[in-house]
Amino acid sequence: MQLRVRALETILTQKGYVEPAALDLLIETYEKKIGPRNGARVVAKAWVDSHFRQWLFEDAAAAVESLGYGGNKSEHLIALENTPAVHNLVVCTLCSCYPWSLLGLPPVWYKSAPYRSRAVADPRGVLLKFGVELPKNIEIRVWDSTSEIRYLVVPMRPAATDGWSEERLADLVTRESMIGTGLPKQVDEVAR
Amino acid sequence: MNGAADMGGMHGFGPVQVEPNEAVFHADWERRIFALNNAVGASGAWTLDAFRQTRESIPPPEYLALSYYGLWVASLENLMIEHSLATAEEIAAGRSLGPANPVAARASAADIARMIARGSPYDRPPRAPARFKAGDRVRTRNMHPKTHTRLPRYVRGHVGVVARVNGCHVFPDSNAIGRGEDPHWLYTVRFDGRELWGENSDPVANVSLAAWEPYLEPL
Repeated sequence: MQLRVRALETILTQKGYVEPAALDLLIETYEKKIGPRNGARVVAKAWVDSHFRQWLFEDAAAAVESLGYGGNKSEHLIALENTPAVHNLVVCTLCSCYPWSLLGLPPVWYKSAPYRSRAVADPRGVLLKFGVELPKNIEIRVWDSTSEIRYLVVPMRPAATDGWSEERLADLVTRESMIGTGLPKQVDEVAR
Repeated sequence: MNGAADMGGMHGFGPVQVEPNEAVFHADWERRIFALNNAVGASGAWTLDAFRQTRESIPPPEYLALSYYGLWVASLENLMIEHSLATAEEIAAGRSLGPANPVAARASAADIARMIARGSPYDRPPRAPARFKAGDRVRTRNMHPKTHTRLPRYVRGHVGVVARVNGCHVFPDSNAIGRGEDPHWLYTVRFDGRELWGENSDPVANVSLAAWEPYLEPL
């Protein structure tokens, strides 16, 4: 693969179709700058600011744009609210659609055949593989990303976090909890 | 198309494997192919839907044998040839053997910076009123186009309920094959697990997906 990719890059740059600086910018942005911390800050804000929370569920793209986390692959966005009665789980059975500007690039498991094939048919079984066991009566809503609409799961705020700052709360928000394959960290799981 | 990419509900792929503290890229070539595909794509050389169609057109035995970014490599090779950015001889030789295509788009760093910051919205002004509203029951068409579609096999011919109307969006089935954006109303439709998977499905699970109006029939 290394040689095949080098061949493509050589041809595309020799013929002037891509600027090398454009490639550097893409790699730098998605490897170093944009990652799940963006989404975690959005969730933490939704936990402490009821006005923002309402805006996020009404018009998620505009709400995240206001924090500077809009743009590529989150142009159309729906925030999904986890409650004591409903758990949301996001998948892209056809490939790998994912809210890049909020979570960065998707992990390998999200793009893999085992996850894509099973999440829609056996979500509870998939959640168990991630160590999440939900009560049988909790409705599981699976969201298959078949269009340019992207999804952000807003998990429930962990107990015993009253008075915590947004930054501190964001430390509890894992990537998996924003896809729906995990839950946020509990207070006793993070260092004081 | 009924290709290998459309794998919702398939059996036999084994358990989900999670790599702890996973790196964004696992090899330098993954970094490069990620950037190359996004740069050329952002220049407008082809649409995102065309890129998806090319990836899905890889024959199932090859598709399933390739890694995720391996699929991107094969797709970029095919797209460059199809859109006259390079010849098969150049790709085999690993270098340019002739002049650039004078009408091809060029991806500059400024284009990419704009793409990252603003993205490319896919909603368009409606050309007709929406046929369905939230709460309507609909049936997905039993359709099997040989070209790109975003209606997965597992949901075709099934009854669901419109949960949300999402505006008018570029229609991938048309955009992927060079027939223009042909925007249509896009609905979130929710399907009960038992409707899709039968009696053994989890009784309180359901699947929601976005479906364009041409995928749906009224009940």
